[in-house]
Amino acid sequence: MRLTQGTFSYLPDLTDAQISAQIEYALGKGWALGVEYTDDPHPRNTYWEMWGLPMFDLHDAAGVMQEVTACRAAQPQKYVRINAFDATRGWETVRLSFIVHRPADEPGFRLERTEDRGRTIRYTLHAYATDKPPGRRYG
Amino acid sequence: MGDAAPATPPGSRRIDLRTLYADSEIGPLLAELDNDLVGLEPVKRRIREIAAFLLVTRAREQLGLSSGAPTLHMAFTGNPGTGKTTVALRMAGILHRLGFIRKGHLVSVTRDDLVGQYIGHTAPKTKEILKRAMGGVLFIDEAYYLHRPENEKDYGQEAIEILLQVMENQRDDLTVILAGYRDRMDRFFESNPGFRSRIAHHVHFPDFADAELLSIVEKLALQAEYRLSEEARVALRDYIVQRRLQPNFANARSIRNAFDRSRLRQAMRLVEIGAEISADDLVMIEAADIRGSSVFANSLPKSSP
Repeated sequence: MRLTQGTFSYLPDLTDAQISAQIEYALGKGWALGVEYTDDPHPRNTYWEMWGLPMFDLHDAAGVMQEVTACRAAQPQKYVRINAFDATRGWETVRLSFIVHRPADEPGFRLERTEDRGRTIRYTLHAYATDKPPGRRYG
Repeated sequence: MGDAAPATPPGSRRIDLRTLYADSEIGPLLAELDNDLVGLEPVKRRIREIAAFLLVTRAREQLGLSSGAPTLHMAFTGNPGTGKTTVALRMAGILHRLGFIRKGHLVSVTRDDLVGQYIGHTAPKTKEILKRAMGGVLFIDEAYYLHRPENEKDYGQEAIEILLQVMENQRDDLTVILAGYRDRMDRFFESNPGFRSRIAHHVHFPDFADAELLSIVEKLALQAEYRLSEEARVALRDYIVQRRLQPNFANARSIRNAFDRSRLRQAMRLVEIGAEISADDLVMIEAADIRGSSVFANSLPKSSP
């Protein structure tokens, strides 16, 4: 099952040229770009591993693409995403976040039902990948 | 910049260099360069050559002739204060308008910004700077400090290797300009042949002549809305001759500093008068403001008033 998270998640995977264009857009807005990766695809997992520090003071997408390429090469079987952080007062948050790399095989999620008091059913998602310990997920 | 249609042989297709020239806005830029920078004839000629070459490369591209990205890395050599940084800034503008770099900004660094203090510190530091310079020009001042032949464990070598790699593989992403004194740069290139071969343009900045330094001050004065009196001009001419004989003469930089100090002396003189003054008094720099310099104190009495 294809993971859909962040901006553009229902589009086909972006090509490098398209990723560059998005980075250019973010840089044009003055946002700081960061590259992150994880092997825990749960939608509530907001804390991905940082690939280096967020990049401030960049003018061109080539610098970010360099990090994306390096991160993909080092973590080929993990999810990699780009975050664009807006430091403007009042925003101070991530304005744009999208996946730029995913593992070859994505087993997807299982729906878990827990019966609660009064026969209420509580639902949660469980990623099949996380059954294995970190580092051994996704082959 | 589409590919040429395969139907027409490349020899028969035509392109108007003049329209290309007009489109690139390079004309005004070069005119500006001629107007704003005094002297530096060999440098200007070289820049015009580079600009023409870039224009032709672009025309070739449009006609579908092979034109692999030209190597644009440059080395600027010359004594201090001969305008290397100023020209580098202009260069970023020229390359940008010709479309060879995407952003046209200049990142100016020295050894401290590239080389780390301990093992494993250099590579991230250098890469960080390179990332920042992507799409623009990386200007490395006094580049020869990167290489310390007396210490083979020096981390400078690591920075050099990363630089060389990026200069080779990401030629279209950034342009590197190295700057420094001529003799030391020559020695630097001798011990790092990789650098020499990756740099296409070696540009030497000659020292300024006395008359050129004088017109630099006049330009500075004009910009700052000051005027030099006739006597002040004579005094300045004497000053330049004297200053050149002293150690640490840094061409235009020394002269600019001298001009700034003469503004201080002018202010002091006006305050000491203390009476009503006119706008003319406020703009006029007199000979006394220049002759007050310590440069004259050590020189022969004949030139003092």
